[in-house]
Amino acid sequence: MNFTFTEDQLMFHDSVKSFLTNEVTPERIRELWESDTGRSSELWGQLAELGLTAMTVPEAFGGLGMNELDFVLLAEECGYTALPEALVETVMVAVPLISSLGDEQAEFKESWLSRIATGEARVAVGHPDNPLVPDAHVADLLLLANGDEVHALSQGQVQLTENPSVDPSRKLFTVEWTPSTETLISGAGIADGTAGKQLWQDALDRGALAVAAQQLGLARKMVDLSVDYTFERKQFGKPIGSFQAVKHLMSNVAVQIEFAKSPLYKAAYSVAYGLNSRAKDVSHARLVTTDAAMLGAKNGIQSHGAMGYTWEVDLQIFMKRAWALASSYGTQGFHKQRIKQFILADEAQLGAGSTFA
Amino acid sequence: MDLSYTDSQNAFREEVRNWLAQNVPAQPLQSFDTEEGFRQHREWEAQLNDGRWGMVTWPEALGGRGCDLIEWLIFEEEYYRSGAPARVNQNGIFLLGPTLMEFGTEEQKARFLPKMATGEEVWAQGWSEPGAGSDMAAIRSKAERVGDHYVINGQKTWSTRAVWADWTFGIFRTDPESSRHKGLTFILVPLDAEGVTVRPIPQLDGLPGFAEIFFDNVKVPVENVLGGEGMGWHVAMSTAGFERGLMLRSPARFQETARRLVELYKANLGHSEIKSSADIDPAVGDAVMKAWMDAEAYTLNTYMTASRLVQGGKIGPESSTNKIFWSELDQKMHETAMSILGARAELWPHAPAAGEVGKWLDGFLFSQAGPIYAGTNEIQRNIIAERMLGMPRA
Repeated sequence: MNFTFTEDQLMFHDSVKSFLTNEVTPERIRELWESDTGRSSELWGQLAELGLTAMTVPEAFGGLGMNELDFVLLAEECGYTALPEALVETVMVAVPLISSLGDEQAEFKESWLSRIATGEARVAVGHPDNPLVPDAHVADLLLLANGDEVHALSQGQVQLTENPSVDPSRKLFTVEWTPSTETLISGAGIADGTAGKQLWQDALDRGALAVAAQQLGLARKMVDLSVDYTFERKQFGKPIGSFQAVKHLMSNVAVQIEFAKSPLYKAAYSVAYGLNSRAKDVSHARLVTTDAAMLGAKNGIQSHGAMGYTWEVDLQIFMKRAWALASSYGTQGFHKQRIKQFILADEAQLGAGSTFA
Repeated sequence: MDLSYTDSQNAFREEVRNWLAQNVPAQPLQSFDTEEGFRQHREWEAQLNDGRWGMVTWPEALGGRGCDLIEWLIFEEEYYRSGAPARVNQNGIFLLGPTLMEFGTEEQKARFLPKMATGEEVWAQGWSEPGAGSDMAAIRSKAERVGDHYVINGQKTWSTRAVWADWTFGIFRTDPESSRHKGLTFILVPLDAEGVTVRPIPQLDGLPGFAEIFFDNVKVPVENVLGGEGMGWHVAMSTAGFERGLMLRSPARFQETARRLVELYKANLGHSEIKSSADIDPAVGDAVMKAWMDAEAYTLNTYMTASRLVQGGKIGPESSTNKIFWSELDQKMHETAMSILGARAELWPHAPAAGEVGKWLDGFLFSQAGPIYAGTNEIQRNIIAERMLGMPRA
């Protein structure tokens, strides 16, 4: 029993954290808001250079062969800096989805995974539980659902319509396309008919884990920004952060953040090692990290006062991301339902000693 | 990261489980806030100690097992699972014990730890005073050095277990010119000393779970000072650190409450004569789910902290979040249970019409104290803001 990250994991985390802090600044994010695609191939190239796009790609395909547990702290930092690029979804959802395809797709896997690893190719995922496809416009490969089937399409085979989000960094698309036997890569008709269903279910858990990690990072960032502001802003001749009412706004978020960490890391562990408890663990992490981020946004804007309601203050970047992600890869209600099903089941093992059983 | 138990950890769990299965009293003991119950609990402490299960984290030479914190968590899980009695000497073994090991002289350790372990000497804490609650540095009780002893005058209050305990520990002002955190000394005082008067304070359940202690020219030898004269605040903060940090409330306790809550909820779904709020209030189902999740999160968090400490890390200011989390969780769980029990919730278990209300009312009352003792949650929030988040002091 050892619930800590390894030295290597922590060191990689530190170096990625400092890269993101230096490169993905609020100024750069605002610049990207003004650009055509909202995305930067230069930034994507830098991420690939750090090995990030290759992290979960199997070594056989030129990747680093790492897992969700290796990436979860990095995903948290992507949330902390509100990285606009779809790195987390690529590493935690798209790559594992492709890797999980059957052996009959060996050629497909080889060709795409190796190019995703180097950063040459980008991939977007249209999960059946998400109505829109993020980052479809910059994707060389789109993985889309037709019922339980998984289809692979190129940019030329789809028609995209953009749907502006509250978060200007989010690029969401409705995708018009026609499923065919040529586009089908998993599901009925190929190998086992249930394969596609399982792939999408696993992708849902991975997507929810990816959201959870980002929400925790966002919550931390909103506390940090707000605490800074409470030093700057003075009323009654004192920094407002010296007032207990304002302190307690921040402490309440800090408590939620502190008790969202371990459920998140447990969920990453469960997904990485394919534990039976993973659906329940992921839903737990998704719920509490999202709650922390929602409270971080609410108490963040409150501690900023009227400034929190402006376009000028950077809080909006993180607040809007948190709001936008809150119902991505399953609503809070969906995840609550999964926890309830688990604890109310006749065979449920609950109580002291059951956590790691 | 490896979230599975080793073979030796599993074997340890098995050993604890077997011993408890053979030794836990079949009939629940009376409350340790009654004279008879206190005696029963003291006997239980002796029985635990005979099996070397009293203080598993203590060194073997002192009757412990030298367990690390992961093994301690396993022990606690089995302990709460088995329904074993509450620990009457908790203030001694979990708070003062570790402090004695850190600050005590060899003589002090030899004098106090073995009797603490057997339950022969049960300890009460003596922190608060009438004018020093949340503002603990406002302590006024004095200890004046006269030759080879101190003469103590003053008053402590909210002294848990003091009515039938044998000893108390607390901080006293030894430098009359000092103020606030300076000039305080940590002193161990026998409650049967001349000049000590203990006045019981009935709690919400009517039982004297705590007391006032009056000191009228109480003579205590200088050997009873822990950590040196003037070091009281430092020593006390270390004790309070253990309390808030890890050992005061082990997660197993809340996991068992959450499990009982889930059972209560399931038993009342569609089965009650009067529609239970379990049936007609969807918020109750959500609260039950949240209770289970939070008890689980507290457990995971404790395992994470314990793993870090086992590897040589230190408890940081983030441990102040613990106390807020478990005390509010405990309150919410009991509120939810009361809501499910409905009109019978107000009845004591011995009421003729109580039915299966169980011990929820007792737990509900006790849960009201959680956000107050061991540093109010408002003080904890200030500590989090100032020491963990670095916000400006008032």
